[in-house]
Amino acid sequence: MTPMDPSETFRQEAQELLEQLEQALLDLEHAPDDGDLIDSAFRALHTIKGSGSMFGFDAVAAFTHHVETAFDLVRKGKVTPSRELIAVALAAKDRMRLLIEQPETPESAEGDAILRDLKAIVDASDLPSAGEGGDAPVAAREQPAEITWRIRFRLARDAMAMGTNPLLLLDELRTLGSATIVALTGEVPSLEVLVPSDCHLAWDVMLTTSQPRTAIEDVFMFVIDDMELSIDLLESGEEDRRIGEILVERGDVAQEAVDTAVSRQLPLGTLLVESGNLSPDKLTSALAEQQHLRTETKVVAKGADSIRVPAERLDELMDRVGELVIAQSRLTQVAASINDMQVKAIAEEIERLAHELRDTTMGVRMVPISSLFGRFRRLVHDLAHDLGKQIELTTFGEETELDKTVIERLNDPLIHLIRNSIDHGLETPEGRKEAGKPPAGRITLSARHSGAEVLVSIIDDGRGLDRARIQARAEEQGLLAPGVKLSDNDLFQVIFQAGFSTAKVVTSLSGRGVGMDVVKRTIEGLRGKIDIASTPGKGTELTLRLPLTLAIIDGLLVRVGKARYVLPLSAVEECVELSAEEDGRSRGRSFLNIRGDLVPFLRLRELFQVSAPADPYQKVVIVSSGEFRVGLVVDQVIGNHQTVIKSLSKLHADVETFSGATILGDGAVALILDIGHLVKLGLTYESQFMAAG
Amino acid sequence: MAKTILSVDDSASIRQMVKLTLTGAGYTVVQAADGAEGLARARDMAVDLVVTDLNMPVMNGLDLIRELRKLPTYKGVPIIFLTTESDAAMKQEAKVAGATGWITKPFQQEQLVTVVRKVLGA
Repeated sequence: MTPMDPSETFRQEAQELLEQLEQALLDLEHAPDDGDLIDSAFRALHTIKGSGSMFGFDAVAAFTHHVETAFDLVRKGKVTPSRELIAVALAAKDRMRLLIEQPETPESAEGDAILRDLKAIVDASDLPSAGEGGDAPVAAREQPAEITWRIRFRLARDAMAMGTNPLLLLDELRTLGSATIVALTGEVPSLEVLVPSDCHLAWDVMLTTSQPRTAIEDVFMFVIDDMELSIDLLESGEEDRRIGEILVERGDVAQEAVDTAVSRQLPLGTLLVESGNLSPDKLTSALAEQQHLRTETKVVAKGADSIRVPAERLDELMDRVGELVIAQSRLTQVAASINDMQVKAIAEEIERLAHELRDTTMGVRMVPISSLFGRFRRLVHDLAHDLGKQIELTTFGEETELDKTVIERLNDPLIHLIRNSIDHGLETPEGRKEAGKPPAGRITLSARHSGAEVLVSIIDDGRGLDRARIQARAEEQGLLAPGVKLSDNDLFQVIFQAGFSTAKVVTSLSGRGVGMDVVKRTIEGLRGKIDIASTPGKGTELTLRLPLTLAIIDGLLVRVGKARYVLPLSAVEECVELSAEEDGRSRGRSFLNIRGDLVPFLRLRELFQVSAPADPYQKVVIVSSGEFRVGLVVDQVIGNHQTVIKSLSKLHADVETFSGATILGDGAVALILDIGHLVKLGLTYESQFMAAG
Repeated sequence: MAKTILSVDDSASIRQMVKLTLTGAGYTVVQAADGAEGLARARDMAVDLVVTDLNMPVMNGLDLIRELRKLPTYKGVPIIFLTTESDAAMKQEAKVAGATGWITKPFQQEQLVTVVRKVLGA
């Protein structure tokens, strides 16, 4: 069949329908009670109207509408198919034929007369006048501001069997704006009674959108009558809402339960779940809401000059720039091997542009740390109140910028550290008076740049860490060999060991130590470190040293055997030659004399078990971590290298020597060395050496 | 693979329009002229979506929906029915019978595609 103009098909079809209509009407004259005939006539009219308006035969559709309405009443038994009605209907049918054959036929008295007659007959049965369902004028709408909705919905049990796909509903919600979706799995039954085709899940969706509420309702258009759905407006002005408030407002827990839990002190959600007042999925959802509002309001607050970009697009952009930087290194490498000035000039130009683009892109991801510090005011205030302490909070360097992902992941560790400082560091007002301090304790949060790092400090003027007690406790727990003398910083690092606690009774709040291992792991996950300084009676200073960004670093490319490795340039202090004399000395653990300082060095070729013979002139790269330095012996220092960090797979997550991998200009993979770990390794050698010597 | 849609309508022009529209949107369309024929086609082959008219000779759309939902293979398959504004009661009946959603006649081609995407995905 050749494709035809649908309107031509309609014309043909309408002719058949009109014949069917005529036949039915004529037969009805003799059998007015025949339901089949009435149905047949109605169907013909119904189809002509419906198709007519779809294919642009508006006049026919409008005209037929009245006839159809009349026959609908006939069908429903409200109007009898009298001879008069059939006569008018036949006249109407002729009119319809004319309108279909000549759609341009102007409105005429003839058509109106037929409709008047029809109306007169039907009105005897009290027909409400056929209302014209014209489109309501669309009010001019101004662009509304973005607002956040909380949508909670649970579909009917049989919704999926009836062909509704919840995933598509969620997808549709996502198209409306920025959505955070949490599945509530609390009512999923156990496996043996689970009916797979039933829908047991409910969902909470936090949606920030400029679309009106009706747009959200439209998503559920087909199922809205048979489901649980609540759509609530969230106050976006409140940037930092407490989890208790959210839960009470959602109706997930009673205010009393929250009060009880709060009186037991933090973390509230965990307590509520433990006490059976709240299901874990609802807590997850409320936390997601808190997070959603934080992210959304932060972006909105930036004002007219900025545009909102979804976080994942920024990540994508970063990824692309990363690829560009890799490709650019290849180009530079190839250009160097081709002795062509023009190619070299272009390669240099591209290199400059790639670096600028890299810096700009990284700048886009930078967020001032004030967004993080702001949240802690409330925390400090609440803790002071809960613990009966007076606290003055001071913050410095709030404008210091850090990579967005770093900032986000800093939240939890910082909360933990601040809470510890307040709970364990600061004395009670009475205690402070005895110690000759003002009754109000002081907590200082500061952030500052230092080279390629950002230092974030939490300083308290409390009682300080108890060296003797920590040492005793660590020995007792077998974390430290008895009698070992360590520097303050090293000893204090013990508090980050899993399970370490100085508290006599372990409660959910006890001890610097509970959860500190998690803090340490999170910071190390950010390629950062924690330094601790403490003076008894004066206070404690914890400093987080964090890389500016996680994505790209300047690296020093070195070769060990045949393989190449990358050292973060920020950790590199200098490169020296390994003299034959020093090389000749004892294998494994050795020291270099760097301007009077003894620096231990590690032979990477031994560490990596390289069998190929060493280069005649090996180099030592001196790297530092904190105040410690270690030399790494390599075969060759190749030079500077822009490194796009690719994280290692989960399988390799426990490999400590490497912090990631990168792709070199020639396409080869090079591993990035974890300096912190290597320095630690070097120090172990040193202490072994000291112990032996 | 393109998803298959069964269009059941006694009107050849509607069938043609549905076919043109949905084929244009990348779907495969099979057709039937009434409920009985639609049911037979649906038994013969697996389809991803059924779009059916309600008023049809031989077997109407309501009965077709009920029969389809009895078939184990049509559990979960979306069924969209075509209805007019005046059919409010009919709409309720169709939903009870097991329809997933509806399109109000007369409709524009984009509306059809929108609704199909809504229940079938892109």
